[in-house]
Amino acid sequence: MLKIINLHAGVEGNEILNGIDLEVNAGEVHAIMGPNGSGKSTLAGVIAGKEDFEVTEGQILFEGEDLEDIAPEERAHQGIFMSFQYPVEIPGVTVTNFMKTAINESRKARGENEMPANKMLKKIREKAELLEIDRKFLSRSLNQGFSGGEKKRNEIFQMAMLEPKLAILDETDSGLDIDALRIVANGVNKLKSKDNAVIVITHYQRLLDYIVPDYVHVLNEGKIVKSGTKELALELEEKGYDWIKNGTVV
Amino acid sequence: MATDLKEKLVSSFMAFENKVDVDHPIHDIRLGAIKNFEAKGFPTNKEEAWKYTSLRKFAKTNFSVFPKKSKTPEYRDVKKYFLHEVDTYKIVFIDGVYSSFLSETTHDGVDVCLMSAALSKPMYRPVVDVYFNKAASKDEQMTSLNTAFSREGAYIYIPKNKAPIKPIEILHFATGTEAALMLQPRNLIIAEENSELQVIERHQSLTDNEILTNCVTEIFAAENAIVDYYKVQNDRHTASLIDNTYISQKAKSTVKVHTFSFGGKLTRNNLNYYQHGSHIDSTLKGVTIIGEKQHVDHHTLVHHQEPDSESHQDYKGIYGEKSTGVFNGKIIVDKEAQKTNAFQQNNNILISDKATINTKPQLEIFADDVKCSHGCTIGQLDKDAMFYLQSRGIPKKEATALLMYAFTDDVMDSVRLPELKNRINNLIAEKLGVQMGFDL
Repeated sequence: MLKIINLHAGVEGNEILNGIDLEVNAGEVHAIMGPNGSGKSTLAGVIAGKEDFEVTEGQILFEGEDLEDIAPEERAHQGIFMSFQYPVEIPGVTVTNFMKTAINESRKARGENEMPANKMLKKIREKAELLEIDRKFLSRSLNQGFSGGEKKRNEIFQMAMLEPKLAILDETDSGLDIDALRIVANGVNKLKSKDNAVIVITHYQRLLDYIVPDYVHVLNEGKIVKSGTKELALELEEKGYDWIKNGTVV
Repeated sequence: MATDLKEKLVSSFMAFENKVDVDHPIHDIRLGAIKNFEAKGFPTNKEEAWKYTSLRKFAKTNFSVFPKKSKTPEYRDVKKYFLHEVDTYKIVFIDGVYSSFLSETTHDGVDVCLMSAALSKPMYRPVVDVYFNKAASKDEQMTSLNTAFSREGAYIYIPKNKAPIKPIEILHFATGTEAALMLQPRNLIIAEENSELQVIERHQSLTDNEILTNCVTEIFAAENAIVDYYKVQNDRHTASLIDNTYISQKAKSTVKVHTFSFGGKLTRNNLNYYQHGSHIDSTLKGVTIIGEKQHVDHHTLVHHQEPDSESHQDYKGIYGEKSTGVFNGKIIVDKEAQKTNAFQQNNNILISDKATINTKPQLEIFADDVKCSHGCTIGQLDKDAMFYLQSRGIPKKEATALLMYAFTDDVMDSVRLPELKNRINNLIAEKLGVQMGFDL
C-alpha cells in the first residue's frame, strides 16, 4: 500500500529525514517510535503532503503511484488520513458541518454524488457512538474550546467518518488520560480491517498496549535505526532512547 | 465640463426652501448647517479624517439633487432585499421618496413612520425639539450637508417600558431615473427607558447608474434601552455611501451596531457613540469583504464621559484584488470616566498583493483607572489551518473560504436575529465564491 524509498526531506534546506525506507501493507499496523526531534512528525507530514516540507530525494509510493506534487486534499481523496498532534480550531463551523463538507468533497473528487442527508446523519450517529461522543459535541465549533482529549477523540471520529485506507496517527496519545486513551484505541481497533493500514507515531510505548503493532520501527536522526516486532517497543520502554542514541544498536 | 457639486448644492438649497416649512424651528438648524457646509465644502485628503478616502470625483460629478418622480418597483423585483423570512415593519423609500406601497408602518403604541411627518405635524414637535440634530455633529461637513437638506427618512419612537416589537427594516432603493443621483436620507430613532428595538438598514441601487448617498442617523437610547442596529451594505459597484451615525446613550443602555460591508464602490462609515451615564454597553462590530477596486472606510468614535461603562469594537476585514480598506478607531475616555473598559480589535486578511488596508487606533485617555486594549493585525490565512482542512479532503479554494468564514465568526456571534444571520452567512459564502455543502 505504502512504499517509502530512500526518503530525504527537510525544511528550508535543513534535512530532517535522511534516507527512510518503509513498506506498509494492507492489514498491518506499524508503530514508529523515537526520541523528540528524531523526525517522526516530519515523516507523517511528508506523507500527508504538508507544503512546509521539501522532499529532496527518494520517493513515496501510495498504491504504486508516486505522491510527488500531489496536493494534500488529493492524497485525502485517495485514502490517506493523518490525525494531527495539534488539531486546528475552526470557529463557526460545527463538527457535523465540517464532516459533511469533507466527505462530500472527497465524493465529488471521486465522481460520486453527495451523500444523502439521512445517510450522512446515520453515519455520524454510528461513528459518534463508536467513540463515545456526545450528540451535543457534534454541534460545537470544530475543536474550539475542546480539551486535549476531546480534540484527539474528534480526530479519530473524523478518521472513522472518512474511512481511509492508510491512517497515520501522529502522537494521538499525547495529552490523553487513560480512559480517553482506551476509547481512542478501541475506536482505531474497530476500524481496522484487512484492507486498511495504520501507522502509529508515538514517543511512548503506552498506546501500543492498546493498539498492538505488527511492526515497530525506531527513528533516530531522520533514519530508521531499528525495526522489529512489538517486543521492540517494550525493550525501548525498559532501556530508554539512550540505548538507541548511544549507538549500541547495529 | 466639470460640475462644482458644492456650488450646485448651495444654490439648490434655495429651491429646497420652497418645498419645506421655513417657519418650523428646525429650519434654523438647516440654515446653520448649509452655512457650515458652504464655508467648509467637501472634505479633502488634507484633512486627517479623510486622508485615505477621496470624495474629489464626487465633488465634480453632476449629481441630480431632486430626482424626478419615479415608478415604484414591483414587490417581486425587490423582494430579495427584504428580510422576508420574518415579519417586519418596513419603511421604504424609492429615490428618496416614501413608498407607502412597499412599506408597513405603525402608530400602534410606537411610531414607525416618516421623518417628513415628524418634521411637519405638531404632535411630534415635543420629541423633535428634544432630539433632532442633538447628537449629530454641527461641525462635520457631510453631516451638515445632510442636515441642511433633511426632510425625509425613517422616524422611530419607542416609548417607555414598551414590550419588544417586530424588527424594523429601513430600505432605500434607487431606480436609476437619473444618470447620477445624490440621496440624503435622515433617520431619527428614539428608544425610551426599558424599551427594545431591532433595526436593519439597507441602501440598494437597482441599476448601474451612479448613486451617492449621504445618510445621517441619530439614535437615542434612554436608560436600560436595548438597540440592535444592522447595516447591510451590499450595493452595486456604481453606488457609493457616506453613512454618518450618531448614538447617544444613557445609563445601563446597550446599543450594538453591526456593519456588513460587502458591496458598493466607495463606502465611508462614520460611527460615533457618546456615552452619558454609567454601566453602558456600546458594541461596534463589522465584517468587510471586498474586492475589485472597492473601498471601505470605517471611522469609529466612542466617547466615554462617565464612570463604569464599556465599549467593544471588533472589525474583521478581508480584502482582495485592488480593494482598499481603512479602519480608524478613536476612543476618548474623559477624566471623570474612571473604571471604563474599552476594547478594540481590528483584524485584516489581505488575499491579494495589490489590496491595502490602513488601520489606526487613536486612544485619548484622561482617566487613570481604566482598562483599554486595542489590537490590529494584518495577515494571510494560517498555513497550518489550511493544511488541516486540505488533509481532510477539502480543496484549497473551499478551505480558504471556510477559514475566512471562521475568521468572521466573532462578529457574527452577536447577531441576534437568526434569519438575518443566515442571510449574512449566505452573503459571505456568495462573496467568497463557494458553495459549502451546508447552510453556513
